[in-house]
Amino acid sequence: MSLTPHHLQLNQQGQLRHFLTIEGLSRELLTELLDTADSFLEVGERAVKKVPLLRGKTVCNVFFENSTRTRTTFELAAKRLSADVLNLNISTSSTSKGETLYDTLQNLEAMAADMFVVRHGDSGAAHFIAERVCPDVAVINAGDGNHAHPTQAMLDMLTIRRHRGDFENLSVAIVGDILHSRVARSNMLALKTLGCPDIRVIAPRTLLPEGIDQYGVRVFNDLRVGLRDVDVVIMLRLQKERMQSGLLPSESEFYKLYGLTRETLALAKPDALVMHPGPINRGVEIESEVADGPQSVILKQVTYGIAVRMAVMSMAMTGQTTQRQLNQEAN
Amino acid sequence: MRLTIEGARVIDPASQFDEITDLHIAAGHILALGAAPEGFSPNQRIDARGLIACPGLVDLNVSLREPGYSRKGSIASETRAAAAGGVTTLCCPPDSRPVLDTPAVAELILDRSQAAGNARVLPIGALTKGLEGEQLSELVALRDAGCVAFTQGLRPMGSNRILRRALEYAATFGLTIIFTPQDADLAEGGMAHEGPTASRLGLVGIPESAETVALARDLLLIEQTGVRAHFSGLTSARAMDMLADAQARGLPVTADVAAYQLLLCDEDLTGFSSQLHVMPPLRSADDRRALRQAVQSGVVQAIASHHQPHEAEAKRVPFAASAPGISSVEILLPLTMTLVADGLLEMPAALSRVTTGPAAALGLSAGQLSLGGAADITLFDPAQACEIGRNWLSRGANCPFIGKGAPVAVTHTLYGGKLVYQTH
Amino acid sequence: MSTLPAVDSLLSSMADQLRAHLDARQISDPAFVGIHTGGVWVADALHAAVAPEAPMGTLDIAFYRDDFEQHGLPQRVRPSELPFGVDDRHIILVDDVLMTGRTIRAALNELFDYGRPASVTLVTLIDVDARQLPIRADILGASLALTEGQRVKLTGPAPLHLTLTDAATN
Repeated sequence: MSLTPHHLQLNQQGQLRHFLTIEGLSRELLTELLDTADSFLEVGERAVKKVPLLRGKTVCNVFFENSTRTRTTFELAAKRLSADVLNLNISTSSTSKGETLYDTLQNLEAMAADMFVVRHGDSGAAHFIAERVCPDVAVINAGDGNHAHPTQAMLDMLTIRRHRGDFENLSVAIVGDILHSRVARSNMLALKTLGCPDIRVIAPRTLLPEGIDQYGVRVFNDLRVGLRDVDVVIMLRLQKERMQSGLLPSESEFYKLYGLTRETLALAKPDALVMHPGPINRGVEIESEVADGPQSVILKQVTYGIAVRMAVMSMAMTGQTTQRQLNQEAN
Repeated sequence: MRLTIEGARVIDPASQFDEITDLHIAAGHILALGAAPEGFSPNQRIDARGLIACPGLVDLNVSLREPGYSRKGSIASETRAAAAGGVTTLCCPPDSRPVLDTPAVAELILDRSQAAGNARVLPIGALTKGLEGEQLSELVALRDAGCVAFTQGLRPMGSNRILRRALEYAATFGLTIIFTPQDADLAEGGMAHEGPTASRLGLVGIPESAETVALARDLLLIEQTGVRAHFSGLTSARAMDMLADAQARGLPVTADVAAYQLLLCDEDLTGFSSQLHVMPPLRSADDRRALRQAVQSGVVQAIASHHQPHEAEAKRVPFAASAPGISSVEILLPLTMTLVADGLLEMPAALSRVTTGPAAALGLSAGQLSLGGAADITLFDPAQACEIGRNWLSRGANCPFIGKGAPVAVTHTLYGGKLVYQTH
Repeated sequence: MSTLPAVDSLLSSMADQLRAHLDARQISDPAFVGIHTGGVWVADALHAAVAPEAPMGTLDIAFYRDDFEQHGLPQRVRPSELPFGVDDRHIILVDDVLMTGRTIRAALNELFDYGRPASVTLVTLIDVDARQLPIRADILGASLALTEGQRVKLTGPAPLHLTLTDAATN
């Protein structure tokens, strides 16, 4: 009696219809996504930064966790595709989480929403919505618990590809709180899928998840060893709670051991890229001079994020449209 | 009411009886095996050729949800489900609302289960008031009201000192304590086995050490206090080793595992099905293998359903927000029989894990076929595969096996000579 | 089946027409824009023949199609590239086959999102007379009358060649 999950994210033709996780997606599909994002990046440079692709469609940003930054880039992406955008910030504290989620989305679906962009504190929330609430509405995961943040991963991949061409000969280091990071999980999967031969994670053991080797990464506990000759450094945000829960003694000890400074960055290749999903904690995981320095592409990442989200939205809408037609033909 | 079951393969693990024969029942008791007694004329016959007749199953952990959680289940609905699973004797844990920490609650459960008449319900009392781990319940009064054992379930004791005193008090009166070891601090916030799968899914992990640390403490205190102890719902390979060691040292500890733990493992969580959210969590494939071996070797004497029915809404949420538990009492026999189908156990040994094994663990007079004893008998077709969930009776449909195939189907359940379940 | 014209001879006649057109309109600094994929090849050839010093761009009209609801996004979308300012520019918009006119409608919309051109001249290699919109080529290689189910397709980039496919016989 085995209970195997199905390919929730893809339609019968293998096109993206939801974007929930990098896991299970092919190199071809991720490459297509990056190519499409490249085209949208060009749109962002025009006088009119808008295309009529999703005209008449309604995109709902349903955020159960507050994040103005992420919500804004999704909103801008949807608007640049000419979609109507509805923003909902739903506090989870007032009512029972589950009922809110299920009922809210059913209501929105009844209002003829065509796409949900969902951020939720529970790992698997986006899967739940795509599988149990509204499979015919494209669901885009904008971050679920510690599980996945696939659009962030793809904008990181676009950043790397635009600055380094491809992934074939790269060494990429991810530094910091891997354990609690959905960005790190999605990035490890994306880098591996796209053929990056040397993925390194650098953290103390308290911030590393069990079974990290399943991602095909090399683990370093010493930043000064791990950063040696890397092409890309992805820093992660460190939450203040980590000090209270006994995972780390203090911010300053963490900064001393794992902070990216001019001195530690010098161990990487001379032109190594510095990336960060934001918002950055200056002086906690990264030195101001590095965050604002010539090797930093942190602000570029934001720009690329809009193009990646436009690509994801238009591809998922395509997958849903095609699936709907396949269903009609089958009936 | 006189009944004859004709031509069944009668298996009684307690007496190692295994023959094709007839069973004669009168006034709720087993009258004779083989030839009918002189002058016996049944007013009902069951043609049981091709079927197996075994003692009604004994399930050590069935949440009935009454009193307090009528949306999830009731004594009537869940004992009906139990009958469909071939279970005629079941123990219900004390986590009702109010908690089963007073004789009044025990009496209410016994009264309602007698009224329902589907199965023998044996309540398990709360070790501490409100399961809060501080003040002892009135254990002797609860025993006198019908509680067969006492437990904290997964709720922690206030301190090791209080635990030790509770065990000493229970030992004074020869009471049995049931442990489900899980260190609350190590398990804090967790919802899945700490391992590669939970890491990949971003689910907070519960390390194996949450179980083994608590188990080690419990074993030491059991040894010190001499209390009669049973472990319920163990999950890890390491716990199996520790249990085997303790038994080898002569410590009279028994154990059960949840039937679903023998079939599922953490890798099944890929896809985030909240139906697979259970507590303690599904562990690794290696742990599952060790659990199956322990059931095979007899280190684990009992398989229990750990039945936890829920209303649909409790599972219609993301994995992390869902209520843990699987509704499984009505598939206890089919799930156990997969062990026979997999070649792990012979039929009589497999049946002992759901009859004599659990009965002996708590010292219950059930789980065997004896002349003059209560006619608690389960009949099933060993050659009839069935689809699980066809006629689902539990109020909780939270079962990941619904729609899957099972190797056998229960055809009749007799409780005290009364036919409480029959297919068709 | 009608025989298809040779692309090279069509191109040289189109180049002549285009030169005359530019002279007549007194356009001295045109910019060429080819529509992916065939239109880019035709634009390349005309650009080389007529005004090799003029800037040259490409459009992928995927984001402007009017059939997204039916077909979604095509598998491969390339970035549009217009390496010049569109404002007040005389644009030579080039496509390979003019059929319904919907591609040109999309291309015009896209073009106008870059700015406000001074004029747009439409150049197409073939017109198959199946238009559904009021759009007409200013410079045309040849008109073809196709029967039901027939399609004409330009293959390239070198050599450029026209082929006829027939849905009925496929």
